[in-house]
Amino acid sequence: MMTRTLLIAAAFLGLSVPAFAAGETPVPPQLKWTFQGPFGTFDRAQLQRGFKVYREVCASCHGLSYVSFRNLSAPGGPEFSEAQVRALAAEYKIQDGPNDAGDMFERPGRAADRFPSPFPNENAAAAANGGKAPPDLSLMPKARTYERGFPWFVTDVFRQYSENGADYLVALLNGYEEAPAGFTVPAGGHYNHYYPGHVIAMPKPLSDGQVEYPKNEAGQPQAPETVDQYARDVTAFLTWTAEPHLEARKRLGFQVMLFLIVLAGLLYFTKKKIWARVGGEVEGHATPPMTHNP
Amino acid sequence: MAETTTHVAEPTRRDFLYIATGAAAAVGGATLVWPFIQSLAPDAATVAAGAPVEVDLTPIAAGQIVKVFWRGKLIFIRHRTPEEIKAAQDVNVASLRDPQPDSARVKQGHDQWLVVFGNCTHLGCVPLGQQGEYHGWFCPCHGSVFDTSGRVRGGPAPINLPIPPYAFASDTKVIIGQEATA
Amino acid sequence: MSQHPTTYVPKSAFGRWFESRLPIAGLIHSSFIAFPVPRNLTYFWTFGAILVFMLVSQIVTGVFLAMYYTPNAAMAFQSVEHIMRDVNYGWLIRYLHANGASMFFVAVYIHIFRNFYYGSYKAPREVLYILGVIIFLLMMATAFMGYVLPWGQMSFWGATVITNLFSAIPLVGDTIVSYLWGGYSVGNPTLNRFFSLHYLLPFMIAGVVILHVWALHVPGQNNPTGIPIKSGKDAVPFTPYATIKDIFAVVVFLIFFAYWVFYLPNYLGHADNYIPANPAVTPSHIVPEWYFLPFYAILRAIPDKLGGVIAMVSAILIWCLMPWLDTSKVRSTAYRPLYKQFFWVFVAVCVVLGWLGSRPAEGWYVIASQICTVYYFAHFLIVLPVLGFVERPLPLPNSILESVMGVQKGGAGMPAGANAEPQSKG
Repeated sequence: MMTRTLLIAAAFLGLSVPAFAAGETPVPPQLKWTFQGPFGTFDRAQLQRGFKVYREVCASCHGLSYVSFRNLSAPGGPEFSEAQVRALAAEYKIQDGPNDAGDMFERPGRAADRFPSPFPNENAAAAANGGKAPPDLSLMPKARTYERGFPWFVTDVFRQYSENGADYLVALLNGYEEAPAGFTVPAGGHYNHYYPGHVIAMPKPLSDGQVEYPKNEAGQPQAPETVDQYARDVTAFLTWTAEPHLEARKRLGFQVMLFLIVLAGLLYFTKKKIWARVGGEVEGHATPPMTHNP
Repeated sequence: MAETTTHVAEPTRRDFLYIATGAAAAVGGATLVWPFIQSLAPDAATVAAGAPVEVDLTPIAAGQIVKVFWRGKLIFIRHRTPEEIKAAQDVNVASLRDPQPDSARVKQGHDQWLVVFGNCTHLGCVPLGQQGEYHGWFCPCHGSVFDTSGRVRGGPAPINLPIPPYAFASDTKVIIGQEATA
Repeated sequence: MSQHPTTYVPKSAFGRWFESRLPIAGLIHSSFIAFPVPRNLTYFWTFGAILVFMLVSQIVTGVFLAMYYTPNAAMAFQSVEHIMRDVNYGWLIRYLHANGASMFFVAVYIHIFRNFYYGSYKAPREVLYILGVIIFLLMMATAFMGYVLPWGQMSFWGATVITNLFSAIPLVGDTIVSYLWGGYSVGNPTLNRFFSLHYLLPFMIAGVVILHVWALHVPGQNNPTGIPIKSGKDAVPFTPYATIKDIFAVVVFLIFFAYWVFYLPNYLGHADNYIPANPAVTPSHIVPEWYFLPFYAILRAIPDKLGGVIAMVSAILIWCLMPWLDTSKVRSTAYRPLYKQFFWVFVAVCVVLGWLGSRPAEGWYVIASQICTVYYFAHFLIVLPVLGFVERPLPLPNSILESVMGVQKGGAGMPAGANAEPQSKG
């Protein structure tokens, strides 16, 4: 299996991405996501496809250790059925124990179990991957970002732009290319346009047609089986694993904002009424020479 | 929060404003408390971890009691001897504090297996097995006595040791936490 | 907390019985109900109430988080993720707490700069003001230790960098640092003691806040004119006038707070802190939380380890000298045309320092930091003392009422006969 061979050594070179090298760092393109903005929600089908990409491509090297199987059927996520999740969990071997004889043993996974990591510990992960342990992916979109700079970091607040990590990850997965002339890629490294410093330990993980997507009624794949689509789908899935309560957060946020605005309005008029007893509110100071306060 | 004194013109509008503001603030305050109270409840991981537990009965010899945990709660599985079964059955049910025949406390055809929660119904201590007047259990904390069916026979405990939901998957395997199907 | 005798008499017999044994209702009545408040306070004066609200909010959310958080180097990161994923509304409580720290600092900076602008630090409010500086220092310590607790990369390396500041102290520095760590590097003992202190300090803050409020009630509140209350018409009773205004301001502030919590909960944090602490890899760009950035810029502006630390500490401690460095007889900058310009330059310098603190310490950033640092100290050591002598202030109004309403138009103020005048002689 070509993928497997490619993936054997997959790893990020450094742990931290927001390296602002003195030179120019390429800016990832900003993509459209269903989960952006105040009313954003996840696209269930996309999360399910993204999970398939994770499982068939990423999972051989990268853990998802903060996520439990049961999460896959929770509201606000990929929303697989509980039966699907039980069946899926049972395909995994989970180490349990010690049993009455004091031995550790393996049993089929249950919905309550977390995803087992591909390596028993970080040293084993590093040893199997040319010295760099592939990072856990549970929190990846929240753990990566790119430099925004002035004035964008101000406008981001009003636009509610918080998909920096997701945009960066898609750019990274699409960013494998030939090193430009004169750029020497060290042994064990791979050239990536968007990776800070451009040298990444993970080989190009995705290729067109690598993961089979579910077919629609016309017998066509639900989404294009391309690297770009795989990258978007797996990133959407990982955005959910990083922030499983994103939908609940935005939904509750809207209710809270609405309530607070109404309450603030009521309080404003109450305050005016109360201050009317002493002839209304007067604030500050008149600027000399003395004039009436407007 | 609202000021409700009324001594200025337009009492109706004024009252309405104060009442509306006060009510909104009260509702908001009460709602704010909700997530904090909810956070005290068992979390999702704890709830999910309460999955049924399988217990293999083969290694449990007659007369032996084993302890297992389900949802963090202690459970006794007692392999009763024929004498113990007989003692449990030959009781005038009407004379009991919490009247229950032995047949209601075991699964039909599995008379030798008694599965009960392992905390005394008085205040939650763990009773000692094969002790007390009826050789069932004796609670060292406050002296409650249970028979070989786990029924209270003396001391302060008000009710019998409760039976957890369980089912026999086969003659030698029980699943605790799962109701019998069929 | 007010010193003038209370006129409060409980209505019920039980109330009178209780009051004669513990006069707490009278204390509350004189401090928060009958207390005379200048009638011309702007919304800048509501930040005290907002800060009290934020302190309570941080303590409550913190207590609930502590029920699930595990202060152990091997489990801390995971326990935070457990809160975020599994605990009912855990994500909400954690985001309230994490963003609440930032909101606390937003409010405190507005509060501090309001005090700078209107000369609230001047006599007779020096002790009130210095207690405020102490609260600010305690807040910084609390916030710093709180940021260490999730045990991510920024937690670990922030703790390493900040504790290493103490190694600049001659002779005993290294010993102090190892005592702070409880080991030879930042590790599990460090995390444990930081958790312990992070839980303790907010209650110390609450204690100093009580002193701060007490000290406020002796001279009474400053106001935009800077001139004291002279008659009952200059003031209104705290309740309901200031209370309703404070409550309104708190709710408006909550809208701002909620926006961050629900829509940009990680904007004010660092992506690196979602990577578990790794003592073998330093993030390529270490920056503190935004509210420490100006001081961080001052630290890095000085090309000497001890010098940098001294400059950074002095940048805050110099605040304590302001009541005596400022030689102007006029409190409010509103009547100081020259100082007003210097004030806004100073604000701009602080903002630029904050921005520079987020930049890498290289190239012209360092030079800019140095220029701003020099100006920062010059503001206190040169501008404040000199301006008092060279500036000609504008004429002050005779009273608050005259300033805001004009002499002839007088609204109702404190009820006649009420003991309206707090002890504001300065």
